[in-house]
Amino acid sequence: MDFSYSEEQQMLRDSIGKFISQDYDFDSRRAIVDSDTGYSMEHWKTFAELGWLTVPFKETDGGFGGSAVDLMVVMEEFGKGLLVEPFLANTVLAGTGLSEAANEQQKQTLLQPLMEGNLQLAFAFAEPQSRYQLADVQCSGQIEDNQIVINGHKAVVLNGEAADKLLVSVRTSGQTTERHGISLIVVDADSAGISHRAYTNVDGHRAADIWFDQVTVPVSNLLGEADKAIEIIEMVIDRAALAVCAEAVGAMQISLERTVEYTKIRKQFGVTLASFQALQHRMARMFMEVEQARSILLMAAMEMDRLDGRAPRALSAAKSRIGKAARKVGQESIQIHGGVGVTDELDVGHYFKRLTTIQYQFGSTDFHTARFAGS
Amino acid sequence: MNIDFSEQELAFQAEVRAFLQAELPAQTSEKVKQGLRPSKEQTVAWQKILHKKGWMAPNWPVEYGGTGWNSTQRFIWETERTAFGAPEVVAFGVKMVAPVIYTYGNEEQKQRFLPDIIQSNVWWCQGYSEPNAGSDLASLRTAAVQDGDDYVVNGTKTWTTLGQYADWIFCLVRTGGPDMKNQEAISFLLIDMKTPGITVSPIYLLDGTPEVNEVHFDNVRVPVTNRIGEENKGWTYAKYLLTHERTGTARVAGSKQRLTALKAKAANTGDGGQVLSENPAWQQKVAEVEIELLALEYTELRTLAAVSTGKAPGPESSMLKLIGTEVQQAIDELNVEMAGYYGLPFVPEQLDDDYDGLMIGPELAANSAPAYFNNRKATIYGGSNEIQTNIICKAILGL
Repeated sequence: MDFSYSEEQQMLRDSIGKFISQDYDFDSRRAIVDSDTGYSMEHWKTFAELGWLTVPFKETDGGFGGSAVDLMVVMEEFGKGLLVEPFLANTVLAGTGLSEAANEQQKQTLLQPLMEGNLQLAFAFAEPQSRYQLADVQCSGQIEDNQIVINGHKAVVLNGEAADKLLVSVRTSGQTTERHGISLIVVDADSAGISHRAYTNVDGHRAADIWFDQVTVPVSNLLGEADKAIEIIEMVIDRAALAVCAEAVGAMQISLERTVEYTKIRKQFGVTLASFQALQHRMARMFMEVEQARSILLMAAMEMDRLDGRAPRALSAAKSRIGKAARKVGQESIQIHGGVGVTDELDVGHYFKRLTTIQYQFGSTDFHTARFAGS
Repeated sequence: MNIDFSEQELAFQAEVRAFLQAELPAQTSEKVKQGLRPSKEQTVAWQKILHKKGWMAPNWPVEYGGTGWNSTQRFIWETERTAFGAPEVVAFGVKMVAPVIYTYGNEEQKQRFLPDIIQSNVWWCQGYSEPNAGSDLASLRTAAVQDGDDYVVNGTKTWTTLGQYADWIFCLVRTGGPDMKNQEAISFLLIDMKTPGITVSPIYLLDGTPEVNEVHFDNVRVPVTNRIGEENKGWTYAKYLLTHERTGTARVAGSKQRLTALKAKAANTGDGGQVLSENPAWQQKVAEVEIELLALEYTELRTLAAVSTGKAPGPESSMLKLIGTEVQQAIDELNVEMAGYYGLPFVPEQLDDDYDGLMIGPELAANSAPAYFNNRKATIYGGSNEIQTNIICKAILGL
């Protein structure tokens, strides 16, 4: 057993921390969120130059190593800065899909440019009716004469507008919630028959709903085997869940720090808020929530790196516990700040928003508690 | 960063298992697995077996007889010990007074007391709380006034766990004058329970057992040589001890074992034509406790890992105590809930070793409500959870 970071992990951590403190203060972030694209292309290039976009990938694919612990290190730092650049959509979701299912040629044409920061991708897996059931796929993919014809609607696709290519889950056979019969397909975002409605999510990240009407792609665009993609999709979503768990731990850490600092400055009744025991004890609870969240995150990341099949259970434990902590810490940080906490001008509210959306991404707290109980 | 055991650690785990398999008395482990306290004789017999193996005092420095285990080995030991149903060693001697003696005592005191502690020849108890000094421990009033080579001690100590078995008591007493600050007026005294003037009277708890006592001191003469360290410095020593005490109170391994037993039992407990373990509301509750415990396990491992790199167990131990006891009490309650109607009968005699009458209710049910009532103490003792929260506020958050 070893709880220490490697030298490389420590360096990665430091370099992201340095970037955030120098180039990603709250006002710069706000300008990025309000921009047309919703993320900074310049920053994205920097991420590529610094090698951050290679982190979740195996060395044999030209990556940094691909361990879950590495990914955790990156996402925790991103969480501290509330980064909105589409790392989750590109590198974690689409990237994991490619790393697990792509053939050599697809890795060359998709994974390489992704790591170099020259290709934008999105992973379109959710549908309006599916909630968190990954096998609930109605979007159809009809295979005929070396072609696949896609029809359907994908919901809240992260980076859905900026993406050059989409990784889409479609039903190529079987009934709606059947595990067998689901395939992953790479689709050019500008193919005929694709329409989308793009928007900004409440947390500042960009997404889109996407409709497919008789969209036709060659069979060679299949990612992995036809009908057998469900396990790949589950692996991708578990990885993404781990990533947002780590992001939440970073965001909670800052929320707690901001709240404690504020109570030491803000005065009411002639004394600082920090002198009131009613508030002190609530902040102590926040502290314990952050620590418990951090502990279970470490557990899940290390279990994931063991590759012995126990990762889903560990991940569900983490997502459930961290979801609970994110809610508590987020809500308490607002309450303890008082009125100023519900204004748009202060950063705590924006941490609260991200901590809230994380609770509902890749399986809610209750979803994962139930999955843990059933495993 | 990884959670795999090394080859050596796996070998150690095998050695621990083989030892427990061969040496742990069956009657003792049966009792522990039912959540009951083994008798004094059973406890001492087991501790002597541990000493013979050299495993009585994992927390001690090697020079005094410690095992030299690292944090992973301790984790393995606790996990296996609990899984086999081996009793926890009685903390008062080996875990509580001994660290104070080897840290602050003089050479003569170390020679005199430590061997009897590690050999389990002497049963210790703790004299801290008083009827009017609970959470505000430093306001204690038991007085020790020097008279020649002795202190003369007068006062009352309370909540003295298993004081009825004890040969010696370690006490915080007030040696400073009334004008001195409480924290600077307290000394740490070791007192032989056979000294004239000491009386022990039992206090019955909500489960009907006399687990704790009041200890009265009426002009009790204690040699000054029984004082640890300097006069009026006892508070510092006690604070050091309290941090040590708290690191063990999370009881992660014990709670894991209890949850495993609970889940196995729920799978055989009827619930409207099905079994309780299939009831979604029940599953949700159990899962939440299990997840909290899993997080706590890693919080404890992180703390132990930090300690093994030379850091003292700091204010983080407050969090271990706090969440650890909350989890214990959540499991207590789940046991009562699982028992259903059979949580009601109070038939304590059927928990005795020699009981051969009719058993009322299923396994784990008989003691479920008494254990729940008794263990409300967990969030109160060792510095109540509110005191632990204050420590976190002050020492960690700087509030």
